[in-house]
This record gives sequence, C-alpha cells and structure tokens, in this order.
Amino acid sequence: MSIEIRNVTKQFGEVTAVNRVSFTVSDGELVGLLGPSGGGKTTVLRMIAGLEMPTEGDIFIRGQRMNDVPVQQRNIGFVFQSYALFKNMNVARNIAFGLKIKKWKKADIEARVAELIELFGLTGLEKRYPHQLSGGQRQRVAIARALAPKPSVLLLDEPFGAVDAKIRQELREWLVTLHHELNVTTIFVTHDQEEAMEVSNRIVIFSRGNLEQIGTPREVYEQPANEFVARFVGVMNVLDTEVRGGIARIHELEFPSNGHPEGSRLRIGFRPYAVQISNDLSLLPYRAVLRHTFFLGIMLRLELELPSGLILRSRMTKEEYAQLGLEDGREVSFQIKNYRILASENAKLAPEMESHYQPPPTIGENI
Amino acid sequence: MAEKKFNALPGFGLTMGFTLFYLSALVIIPIGGLVVRTLGISWSEFWHLATTERALAAYKLTFGASLVAALANAIFGTLLAWVLTRYDFPGRRFIDAMVDFPFALPTAVAGLTLANLFAANGWLGKWLVPMGIKGAFTPLGVMIALTFVGMPFVVRTLQPVLENFEREVEEAAATLGAGRLRTFVTIIAPTLLPPVITGFALAFARAIGEYGSIVFISGNLPFKTEIAPQLIVMRLEEYDYAGAIALAVVLLIFSFALLAVINVLEQWASKFIKG
Repeated sequence: MSIEIRNVTKQFGEVTAVNRVSFTVSDGELVGLLGPSGGGKTTVLRMIAGLEMPTEGDIFIRGQRMNDVPVQQRNIGFVFQSYALFKNMNVARNIAFGLKIKKWKKADIEARVAELIELFGLTGLEKRYPHQLSGGQRQRVAIARALAPKPSVLLLDEPFGAVDAKIRQELREWLVTLHHELNVTTIFVTHDQEEAMEVSNRIVIFSRGNLEQIGTPREVYEQPANEFVARFVGVMNVLDTEVRGGIARIHELEFPSNGHPEGSRLRIGFRPYAVQISNDLSLLPYRAVLRHTFFLGIMLRLELELPSGLILRSRMTKEEYAQLGLEDGREVSFQIKNYRILASENAKLAPEMESHYQPPPTIGENI
Repeated sequence: MAEKKFNALPGFGLTMGFTLFYLSALVIIPIGGLVVRTLGISWSEFWHLATTERALAAYKLTFGASLVAALANAIFGTLLAWVLTRYDFPGRRFIDAMVDFPFALPTAVAGLTLANLFAANGWLGKWLVPMGIKGAFTPLGVMIALTFVGMPFVVRTLQPVLENFEREVEEAAATLGAGRLRTFVTIIAPTLLPPVITGFALAFARAIGEYGSIVFISGNLPFKTEIAPQLIVMRLEEYDYAGAIALAVVLLIFSFALLAVINVLEQWASKFIKG
C-alpha cells in the first residue's frame, strides 16, 4: 500500500475543508480525486504533499507516518494547476532543479534530463524559457520536473484545467500512457467527472469536505452510494414524485411505489440510456415529441418533450437514430427501462430497479 | 510600395506628432540649447573649465554619494518592499503610505530637518558626533540626504512584481526539496533583479540631480562637501556662464552614459521575461 489517509480532518479557522476522510492508494495506482470546487479534494492532495498540515488524523506514505515530515523530505512530485515553472530558468534547468538539490552527479543529471526531454517530447526546446512555450508544453515540463527526482508519488492538481479542449483530450490520453510506462503511484484532482472516469483506475468522490464514495469508474457510475454521487457522475434525469394510489406519479409518468406509503415524496433518477424510444407510437407506454437532437460524434443526445411540457434526456447511437428514421419534431413513444429512487422521506438510497438490465454504453461519456 | 497598415485605433499621426512636440519642447530643445552654448567655447577652454580640481572633487562627491545612496536604497528598499507585500501586520498600510513621504516632502525641508538632526547639538548628532559619526556638513551627510530622497523608487518598482509572484512557484521548489534560502537565492532573487535594477537606476538618477536638500546638510565646503549642481550655481552667481555650462555638459554626458549602461544591465537581467 503506497498511501494511506487515516481519519484526516483539515480546518481553516471555522471552516472544515476536509472532514474525517480515510482512503488508501495502492502502489502504481492512478487515482482521481473528484468533486465540485470547494469539495476539499485539493486540500487532501496538498496534505499528502505536505503543503498543508492536517488538523487531525494521519497520513502515511509507504507505511511511514508523514505528518511531521516536511514537504522537502517527502519525496513527492507535485504538479500545480498553474504549472508554477521557474520563469528564470530554461526547460532543461527547470527539469534539473530537483536533481541538483538531491546532489546528483553532473553526468547523471544530464542523462536524466535528456531522458525526460525525450520521453516528454520536448526535444529541441531545452533552451527555451517558460514564456516561449505553449500551454501543453509547459504542462509537460511541469510533469517532467516533478518526475525527475523519481518521486514515490506523483500528485497533480487539476492538471488539465488550463489548456483548451483539444489539447486536454490529448494530454489525458498521454497521461494514461505515461502512467502505464512509468507505473508511478499517481493521484490527480479534477472537477470534471468525464476526465476522472476516463483517466483513473479508481475515483474518490468528495463533496463539502466529505468523502462520498470510492470505487472504479464503473462502480461509481453503476452503483452510486448516494444521490450526490448519482447526480454528479454522468448525466441523470431527476424527477420529484409523490405516491398517490400506490403509484409514484409525476405528470404522465408512473413508477411503482415499492412499498413507500401513500403521500410520501420520492426523488427518482434514471440515466439517459434508460429512456428507450420507438417510432411506433403504439409500441411503448408514453408519448413525446423529439424536440432537439444534439450530435456528439457517434452518440446522439435527444431531448424529449412530453405533452405536459416535461423534458427528458435520452441517447442513442447514430445507427439506431437512422434506423428509427427520427428527426426533430417527430412524435415518438418511449419507456423508462430502469430507474432508481434517489431519495425518499426515509432518505435511504434504494437499489436500482431493473426490468431488463442492459450495461450502459461507453462509460463516462457525457451524454 | 508598402500598403498602409490597418490599425483599429486611429490617431497615430496626431498622437505621435504631439509626442514629438512635447518631447522637443521639454527635453530636446533645452538640452540642444545647452550643447549649442558649449560650442561657443573652445575645446581646450572647455576641458580646462570642466576639469578644475574643484570640479573633479564635486563630480567625485556627486557620483560617489549617489552611488552609495542608490545601493543602500536597492538593499533596504528590497527589504521594505518584501515586508510590505509578504506579511500582513498592524500598521502595514500606514508604513506603506510613509514610503511616499520623501516624494511629497519639499527637499529643502528634508535637508533642513536632516541637518538639524545630525548637527552636533541635534537629537541624533548629540550621541553620534562624540562617537565620531558626523552626519551634518560631511560627505556622509550628503549620502544620508540622497538616500532619503531616493528611498521610494526601489520599493515602488518592486512592489507590483512581488505582489504578482506566485506562491505556487515557491511551493513547487519546496516539493522538489529546496529549502527557504535556496528558493530565495535561485528563484526569487533572479526574478526580483530587473525591477531592483530599475529602481536603483531611478534612485541614482534622482540623487545625481538632487540639490535642494544637499545645500542645507552639506555645508558646501569646496573640495570637501560641494556637489556638482552646487558648483554650477556657484559659477552662475559669479557670472561665469562658460564654467557653469561646462560642468552641466559633463553631468549630462555622465547621466546619459549611466542610463545606457543601466538599460543594458536591465535587459541582461530580464532575458527570461517576455519580450
């Protein structure tokens, strides 16, 4: 086990930024800390690095308690959101900085810098200063600099926050490849669930300083521990219903009450892929008009408007769409294949109700 | 023929015209006039007037004391700017406002105050003079006055740079194993060098031209505590225009050369900054 966070709390004055959080990261894992801003994820990362001290609790790296070890001696690599490159040093000197401090031999430093320059695709840029680099290049220099002294852990704070969408995608793929090659234990922070889903082996989800769930991308998507996780990870249709006559109703839609008493309020959620559409109006129980189709590459997102005005999101592949001969403005019939009671008056998250379970298509695609 | 370049902001002709006029009226014509007047003097006469022993002593004091004052300001101004930007403490805003005091205070008042303070019977002089530190009517007094008037420059040029310095850069150095001293020497100091040089140059230039405060504190003893601007006034009072102009031209050339050297130095120090 590479890193252990045990019952860690961090308070800034009156504010509790992190509230009794515990989790472990195994050797060689790539873990994403996910949550909305202000969730405490960056504070956790900074505590692992030693840039913040926990108010309570312990942090272990490779079995050694780190609370009293200063940041300089923790042997971690940290990549800041702003990259924080040394502006007065060129690329090669930036990368060599940590090695000089560790008093490596000159020849070894040169070899290591050359190796990283090559590995990070920075050949020819050695003599450039940070202001002469593009955003993506700066990012790679920052990661190379952090990795140069061979840290036991690589920590990245919002590593892709400051670059544009295209580069972002490339960098994500590149990080996964890099992690695969180097196999260094890596923890990164992101507020983008799509990014966390795509990159991480496991995801740790935070909200308001609390750890909400830990799991593989698939686990948190398919078995969210609570309403927060269910709504934060992936897209979900969420409806507030009330049980009347043994059935939870909202507008035209009806869901079995599953034993909830008459008059109780249930919050129901279902993923877009659970909304199945047919062009045969008599085939499926509900009717709606296809209000708008969003083309997102191979997957399409559909907005359905029910006669009552309720809007639901669905999705399908381009092939299915063509097969059904759909277009904006067409009337369709639909059903909701599986759903979940997100919250009820007794506030427990019920398991997903399934009629015919189907694995979701591409996990993590934000449709 | 080059095509006329399109510019979203019109008015280049007008604004440039005004700039040239303004610069001419305020800088080029007066300096030009000075140079033209010198042409009326023969070269050997000029050389003779500009290098009298009294003049040489005055140059030495002016440039020497200005250099010492500017260096002192560079060091302590950096410290002051550091404290004012990096730490929050009660009275910070008051101290910050006090930095501009030498700008606002009439220099004659500053000279008078300092002379009083360091005179043998003054508040500080009472203690310092018996110890052999004479702060009034000595070259040391000139240095003190010049340090006083040049104090705000380094602080004010450095403050914005320090305020914009990312905390994360220091944290990055720490995660790579660097201690406080190492971070300061290898990362913070090189970043601060260009603005410190700029502030130093401004303080230096200001000190060379300073007259008002020095008259009171130096005592104006020829060969000992007489600065070059004072000597110019002296020559004018003797109706020795040629002598005054010769001195003025020397000061002008020195100042020009200094500006050029400092510019080169600044460019060297800021080679890593955008541009």
